[in-house]
Amino acid sequence: MKPGHGEVLIAEGDVERVEDEERLIDEFRRQLDAGLWAAVPTAGADGKREARLVRSFDDVPRDAERVIFFPRAAGGR
Amino acid sequence: MLLALAATALVALALLSDLIVPRLEEAWSRHRARRRRAPTLSFDPGRERRAEQRARELLRSCVNDEEWEMYRDLGFIRVWGTQTTGPDEVGGIGGAPYAYLIYPHRPIVAYLAQTHRLLSEYCVTFPDDTRPYGSARLPDSDDVLAKWMALTGDERRLISTANMHLPGRQIDPAQVTRDLWRLSQWERARMRTLAERSSPQADSAG
Repeated sequence: MKPGHGEVLIAEGDVERVEDEERLIDEFRRQLDAGLWAAVPTAGADGKREARLVRSFDDVPRDAERVIFFPRAAGGR
Repeated sequence: MLLALAATALVALALLSDLIVPRLEEAWSRHRARRRRAPTLSFDPGRERRAEQRARELLRSCVNDEEWEMYRDLGFIRVWGTQTTGPDEVGGIGGAPYAYLIYPHRPIVAYLAQTHRLLSEYCVTFPDDTRPYGSARLPDSDDVLAKWMALTGDERRLISTANMHLPGRQIDPAQVTRDLWRLSQWERARMRTLAERSSPQADSAG
């Protein structure tokens, strides 16, 4: 998510391919270093949806379809 | 006599040219700068609309059907709280179920599910740190999704990050009460619709 633009595709690839995975890891780190939060949307068997906040690439489930980066939350007025 | 004056004037001009020429050049460049049209950023009136459309699709793909329809029809999403002590440790709620209403670009409102008593407002923003001196904000639906992800992903972290205020600071409690009433009506209507849809199948299966 990018203010003023909405959703922007940053990178895509197959984690089973080494070169893709390395590129995804690099991009993941770059986004977190830029101060963004990362979340993986999940769906339970009962239809319940929620997000899982992840802090490292290892926390991302291997079968995750996407990771959404969004600006870090801050206290508002 | 006239020739002598002219010669003197020429010499004086030549001597003063070092002073006069730069000033003339400066005046000329100022004049040209005044006449130059200021560069304008190309304004795209559809950009925000397209961004919001993309944001709505992203939100729809993340939340469940009920939450999406709630946002589409009512303009907010309810998220159930999961902390046994309530959203924060101030003024415990004795384990009573509570929930949050997420509005776009407005504080998150916590309330008791059974009594609809308002608990707090949580002011939270998602600023663009790469542009600290002012940036465009997230599209409405992205703001809702960011709050939804942060709440469902780590409720305690988001609530501790937000600035907590008493109910009514930014959102009129009467409006929240109205929204909760609308939500209950909406849920009843949705239940009826779902029941009507499923009953013919149940009949044919029976």
